[in-house]
Amino acid sequence: MKHVVIIGGGIAGLTVASQLCNSNCKVTIIEKSNRLGGNLSNYTYLFPDFSKVEDVLKGYIEKVNSSDIRVIYHTEIHKVKREKDKFILESIDNVRINADAVVVATGYKVFDATIKEEFGYKIFDNVITSVDLENMIKENKIITSKGEKPSRVAFIHCVGSRDAKVGNLYCSRVCCITAIKQAIEVKKLLPDVEIFCFYIDLRLYGSNFDNIYLTAQRDYRIQFIRGRLSETSEKQDKTLLIKAEDTLSGRPLQMHVDMIVLMVGIEPNNFAQYMKNENYLHLDENGFIKQKNVHLERNITLEEGVFLAGTCIGPMSVGETVDHSKAAAFEVLKYLSRN
Amino acid sequence: MGKLDFIKINTRHIDYDKFDNRLLNFVLENEPTFHNCISCGCCTASCSAGKLTNFNIRRIGLSLRRGEIEKLNEELSKCMMCGKCSLVCPRDIKLRNVVFLIKKGIAELQKNKFQSTKIINYN
Repeated sequence: MKHVVIIGGGIAGLTVASQLCNSNCKVTIIEKSNRLGGNLSNYTYLFPDFSKVEDVLKGYIEKVNSSDIRVIYHTEIHKVKREKDKFILESIDNVRINADAVVVATGYKVFDATIKEEFGYKIFDNVITSVDLENMIKENKIITSKGEKPSRVAFIHCVGSRDAKVGNLYCSRVCCITAIKQAIEVKKLLPDVEIFCFYIDLRLYGSNFDNIYLTAQRDYRIQFIRGRLSETSEKQDKTLLIKAEDTLSGRPLQMHVDMIVLMVGIEPNNFAQYMKNENYLHLDENGFIKQKNVHLERNITLEEGVFLAGTCIGPMSVGETVDHSKAAAFEVLKYLSRN
Repeated sequence: MGKLDFIKINTRHIDYDKFDNRLLNFVLENEPTFHNCISCGCCTASCSAGKLTNFNIRRIGLSLRRGEIEKLNEELSKCMMCGKCSLVCPRDIKLRNVVFLIKKGIAELQKNKFQSTKIINYN
């Protein structure tokens, strides 16, 4: 029986695994943490329909647990080698796993906001990231460092995205809609709060994303200011003074807020760098794993037998990740059934 | 401050903390579609008055949103009330009514009829 190894137990890896179960091959998921679900399990509700993350993940995790798919936890792969038709995967702790086909479903990591020092993350108490806010939303408790309800919150778009200073020239795609989703969630929990989104462009690419934008303006009174945050300073009472240009009126603008939420972008996971160091898989200009053809062969690497699923090739929404991963499973089966 | 007023430096900053939101709230309460502006500029591009003068209806909306209402009345006297801005708006904002409401609101303000509904007061 052929053995397919999936690197990563997030939504991409889980989708590939559940597509491959009952298809006459042995499937193993290698997960670096101690649980399945990956980055997605840090979230509570999903755009665009505010459905629960656990409802999306539940079916896949149950399917994986009830089938003969093997899951190896606490194992981070950093080397892939080919020996004739077989692959040998090696972890950081020198665990070796053999495979007939490899699916890279290693996902992404979020931008480290401390790099943008001028925004004040980990310097000022009330500057948080979208990931921190997601944890507050999970606990239904949005409070400042003093334990008070904020009365004014600013969301800063494109933190670590479209920024030559941090080396990321690309758009992370999902942060605009995530900011609007989170702004609505904050407004639902704290109806009196004033919310401002500071954006460069609003890139709401999904067919139903613009409806949420309109809902945010019309029903939740969320305000959008076109201009990027230039700097933050903290006052003695821990409120924050932010400065930006209101580019639509062509003048500098300043305001005090109680909390700043930095919409951190998506970056390639460490696995991409390991592959580059090993000179094994090629990376694209943004550091994500290179696809053989960006239109026609988005699941295929330049290395025969190694396939791609999900955000290891670039920022994607959950729906896109699931689509992309299902296609990856199809490519794997096609590869295994070749003569 | 009194005698020391000359020390105060006038910056070009829009200071959101000194926001006079009475007129904005009056307009929004009576014409909620004004919330939906995406600053695309269709209104200004089609504006008859804007063709002949430096009148900019998008900027008027923006000034209102930034609490800068001193010069609005004078600016709005350039509007010919043709309503083309409402026709072209992709978000279906009733801009003609917004212009009416600003004028009406300023008149009421001058009669001191409004109470400030400002919620936050940063010092």
